[in-house]
Amino acid sequence: MNVVAGHFSDVLSALLTTVELAVLSFLGAMIVGTVVAIMRISPVAPLRAAGLVYVEFFRNIPLLSLLFLVVFGLPDLNVTFSLFNSAVIGMALFSGAFVCESVRTGINTVPIGQAEAARAIGLTFTLSLRTVILPQAFRSMIQPLVNVWIGTLIGTSLAAAVGVFELTAEGQLLQLNYAGGLPVFAAIALLYIAMALLSGGAGGWLERKVAIRR
Amino acid sequence: MTTNRVLFDEPGPRGLLRIRVATVASVLLLALLVYLALQRFGDNGQLAAAKWNPFLKPGIPTFLLHGLENTLKVTGLSAVFAFPIGAVLALLRLSESRVSRWTATTYIEFFRSTPLLLLIYVFFLALPPLGLNLPTLWMVVVPIVLCNAAVLAEIFRAGVRALPKGQGEAGLAVGLGHWQTMRFVILPQAIRIIIPSLVTQLVSLLKDSTLGFAASYPELMKSATNLTARYHNFIQTYLVIALIFVVINLLLSYLARVLDRRLSRGRRDKGDTPTELVVLPMETALGGGLVR
Repeated sequence: MNVVAGHFSDVLSALLTTVELAVLSFLGAMIVGTVVAIMRISPVAPLRAAGLVYVEFFRNIPLLSLLFLVVFGLPDLNVTFSLFNSAVIGMALFSGAFVCESVRTGINTVPIGQAEAARAIGLTFTLSLRTVILPQAFRSMIQPLVNVWIGTLIGTSLAAAVGVFELTAEGQLLQLNYAGGLPVFAAIALLYIAMALLSGGAGGWLERKVAIRR
Repeated sequence: MTTNRVLFDEPGPRGLLRIRVATVASVLLLALLVYLALQRFGDNGQLAAAKWNPFLKPGIPTFLLHGLENTLKVTGLSAVFAFPIGAVLALLRLSESRVSRWTATTYIEFFRSTPLLLLIYVFFLALPPLGLNLPTLWMVVVPIVLCNAAVLAEIFRAGVRALPKGQGEAGLAVGLGHWQTMRFVILPQAIRIIIPSLVTQLVSLLKDSTLGFAASYPELMKSATNLTARYHNFIQTYLVIALIFVVINLLLSYLARVLDRRLSRGRRDKGDTPTELVVLPMETALGGGLVR
């Protein structure tokens, strides 16, 4: 524990990098995922096909393999980003596929009678979307999206393998330079676990808070 | 037409026309994107035969095949250990004894949210100085098993909880004990429900095996980096590797879907309870294990 205490500010700034990575990646994933989800439920066949290919590719590729493609592969095409940005792009593309599936499932869980009822009372497409379908869909997306967020948070540790200096890399460094041993790794693991439990708790609270009482 | 029926009504003549226009426009747009990407490859000389030829050189396919063999070895060994351990953890968490419930819950919460890479560093960097120096293969397999057993335990538990409560109550009512009810009533049904999710979990294990790279275990990912060090064809190599992983995982997912359809066909209460409803809580139960 002495090693962690002695390098408290280093661990803290590494933790901040991890949080930053996770937040930016998740925001990117939300945007990508929503767009792909819209493509996948649109009435336009080629867009649906493209969305399907996107999801199947990014859901089945190992994250490390994707990060290698972005970090070491893209420079071959003269497309270069900083290490941090590359990691964010890779993680956003990866988690985007999972966000897409959460959004799509969320919309599909709205009973079809709801949409028919909205149309029957004369609501336009946008109105029925805004006042009937999305409010219900959003609620059922909370838990899956929180899970994607936690996955993204834990997944940022892979950025250490391509050279981003975040929490896991900090643990590696403290081991290599100061032989911090198990206590260092345990402390870092506990930081990840605390963040995951907090997120899970917050998600559960939000879900209960907005739940519709029937 | 298989459009989303929640969002869209059957389109009329004007809607059909708009869809047709959008179809043509999106095909053109997608073609343009592909063209631009290929142009980018061409402009930077990445389509040159010299960049792709190494994959045809004698010895290279066997080299990659050997890497793939190691990848599958890690995946298989991890599955062999993680599945039973996960099942035992789930049973402990569902047991009547408070001590075993707490032990299992603590284990699951700890290892479900610990990054696998951190755990591999523990076995690769921190434990050898303390006298625990496993062979490289096990430095990869043991962390994968530790993490995935926690995730699998939650899948097993979700399967048990997906059963109607009356099943367990009926078992107890006819005089079976807790474990007898588990063994003869609950588990035979729960396992059928979760088999597709277990196959899906193989996809996770296969993805996790790439982290063998961090412990310098010569699986596919590590073999690929060795290859690029020699031929400097980074994007080509990593694309080929990515495709190999995606194809294997797609096959596994396909297998899971086929199993799901077969098993749900045999279930008595078919009709208005599509299996997706049963699978859904399990997917969410994957928690941190979902994105890896």
